[in-house]
Amino acid sequence: MITLSHYLIVSALLFALGLAGVVARRNILIIYMCLEMMLSAASLTLVAFTRFHVTDGLPDFAAQSLVFFTITVAAAEVAVGLAIIVALYRAKQSVETEAVTKLQG
Amino acid sequence: MPPLLFYLFALITLGFGLLVVTARNPVTSALSLAMSFVGLAALFLSLDAYFIGIIQILVYAGAVMVLFLFIIMLLDIKAEEGKTFNLKAVVGGIVLAAILAVQVATIASSYQPGKTRLDEAKLDLKLAADYSKLPTIANDLRAGTLPDAKLMGQSLFQRYGFHLQVIGLLLLVGTVGVVALSKREREAN
Repeated sequence: MITLSHYLIVSALLFALGLAGVVARRNILIIYMCLEMMLSAASLTLVAFTRFHVTDGLPDFAAQSLVFFTITVAAAEVAVGLAIIVALYRAKQSVETEAVTKLQG
Repeated sequence: MPPLLFYLFALITLGFGLLVVTARNPVTSALSLAMSFVGLAALFLSLDAYFIGIIQILVYAGAVMVLFLFIIMLLDIKAEEGKTFNLKAVVGGIVLAAILAVQVATIASSYQPGKTRLDEAKLDLKLAADYSKLPTIANDLRAGTLPDAKLMGQSLFQRYGFHLQVIGLLLLVGTVGVVALSKREREAN
């Protein structure tokens, strides 16, 4: 039978996959996608906890509101981030992390 | 939800998630991420979070992934073929991910509330109907259905009304920011 731990472990694995992608990949767009994956993995943790924390016979909708806000912030973040990536591509003609080393000491 | 379906959707979520990280072609990555989000939305539905599940599909798998695909195709980014990958970064990423996964697995195995089964944490709709102040929600609860969107709306507009307006402002700032970011480049050219 499915327990809370099942959901937490799926969410942790998804987060770990995203983390590995952020560290290992060089394409900024794919790094960005992996960031989105990590954000949704955190949402899964929250939703799992809301469902298992039954108050007055209902799931905890305060935490689900937090997930709603997270998704909204993520949508705004994607719009701004992709605009920055497009600006970066216009300046450097590349979306690889090696192209952006100006701040490297 | 039967356990089989949980494992199926967990497999879809994680399998396509792995494909996002490993695929050489960014278009493959983006489409896999959309599939991964659909699997995740199904997991949300299995947790009775219907509104969040629908939002996940509409916003993430719909709007966000279309934006990603649009940018990938606009910039015409080719697959990284024949390029040697950075071994140090790949090993570092795998080690970091493995450490995190082992850590969480250790904590989850000793976390007592984590052993609650989904059928043990039952929703009591009759009890919730007695607590509910809004008649439309109470009627739905008495009829035995979970009015998920109505309850979310109640939570968002009654408890978090101010936060909702702040989020609206954030979206406005984001929109203005995007316009400003793309406009400055055009003037420079």
